[in-house]
Amino acid sequence: MSQAKDVLLNPLFEKNPIGLQILGICSALAVTSKLETVIVMSLAVTFVIACSNFSVSLIRQQIPGSIRIIVQITIIATLVIIVDQFLKAYAFSVSKQLSVFVGLIITNCIVLGRAEAFAMKNPPGLSFLDGIGNGLGYSLVLLLVAFFRELLGAGKLLGVTILPTVSDGGWYQPNGLMLLPPSAFFIIGLLIWALRTWKTDQVEMEN
Amino acid sequence: MSRDSIGKVLTVAFLLCVICSILVSAAAVGLRSRQEQNKLVEKKKNILQAAGQYDASLSVDEQFNKIQSRIVDLQTGEFSGDFVVSTFDSRAAARDSESGYAIPAVLDLAAIKVRSRYMDVYLVMVDDKLQQLILPVHGKGLWSTMYGFISLANDFSTVIGFAFYEHGETPGLGGEIDNPAWKKQWAGKRIYDEAGNLRIEVLKGAVNKDSAGAVYQADGLAGATLTARGVGNLLRYWLGDDGYKPFLVKLKKEGVNP
Repeated sequence: MSQAKDVLLNPLFEKNPIGLQILGICSALAVTSKLETVIVMSLAVTFVIACSNFSVSLIRQQIPGSIRIIVQITIIATLVIIVDQFLKAYAFSVSKQLSVFVGLIITNCIVLGRAEAFAMKNPPGLSFLDGIGNGLGYSLVLLLVAFFRELLGAGKLLGVTILPTVSDGGWYQPNGLMLLPPSAFFIIGLLIWALRTWKTDQVEMEN
Repeated sequence: MSRDSIGKVLTVAFLLCVICSILVSAAAVGLRSRQEQNKLVEKKKNILQAAGQYDASLSVDEQFNKIQSRIVDLQTGEFSGDFVVSTFDSRAAARDSESGYAIPAVLDLAAIKVRSRYMDVYLVMVDDKLQQLILPVHGKGLWSTMYGFISLANDFSTVIGFAFYEHGETPGLGGEIDNPAWKKQWAGKRIYDEAGNLRIEVLKGAVNKDSAGAVYQADGLAGATLTARGVGNLLRYWLGDDGYKPFLVKLKKEGVNP
């Protein structure tokens, strides 16, 4: 039981895919200017990691070593296309904002990384939990980044005005940089700094 | 059969491909009608927003009932009956060799190179009388092609609303073309003067409200000179002689034949 708990919760802080492994940065820069898009993106990525881990683990005894990466990517791509189709049908406005980044979940290194590193060696149930855990770890960082970007960049959270901006007759002068992708780099950098100050064992050795 | 034999590799690859393609095609086919419905509703919503008629609490289709869609041949300025309005796509038509029109470089203010010879226009009718005319326009901004709708009153010169529904301009700078405060200034602006000359322009900076030409001028965007210039240019192209002007002149003279 404790193994399941570890697998599920470790990716949040101890082994965060973005914080420790610095994976999945591309989408973390691209979609985090608003909380709404991030919530949908996080759900999509979590679903894809969990299901791909589960499916890969289910057939792990059958997958020939020579084509295992191709098999994993095919499964991931299938799941991503299905998610994309569902978003276009049921969450059209958000899927328009996410545009190509839903499709690009295929290339998110976290998904392939977990399939190769975990699901190929562990049973389906545990792999599924590992997928959920890593999805949550990814979501946590994205939510934090989007919280700061939307609040400081547009004075809003989930589209609701928190800090009335000057252009709408309020007092808050929004920081335009926060709406541009580089600001996500700065925020992720600061988050990693904070995380490694708290968990000093994550600090890498200097060569 | 060992796990790495050629037979096994081929079997696994084949089975995986079959299963995955079935799943993908099932999702694509099963959800298609809903997705196309979404796209249509989105377009109608954009048109209603440009017309200043959009009410989020009512259904889009219901609100769209009072709007008639027509296809116009821009060269002659006449309505064309050769297309099915609900499936007409001016972007696809622009790429088609027959319905596409290469804009001569000297005239191409909007920097779009090709456009469709035919455009879909939308008429807001009240008691069989034309109240508003909504025209799709597009052109280059700084980074991207900006797609929008402009809505004119039945004098065919006064702007009622103007909004972009698709663009890739810099958020916070050129992206401010989505700012409600900036969009609001368009209401009441005039495109043509009394003599019918194209006068509308987007200034660099704010409009001096006391100047004589203020009704033909819109505020620029701070930090987004090129985007604002693109907006002005695309309006001058689409509402000029190579754009909707022949159609507007004809419509003014002859009215909408039912």
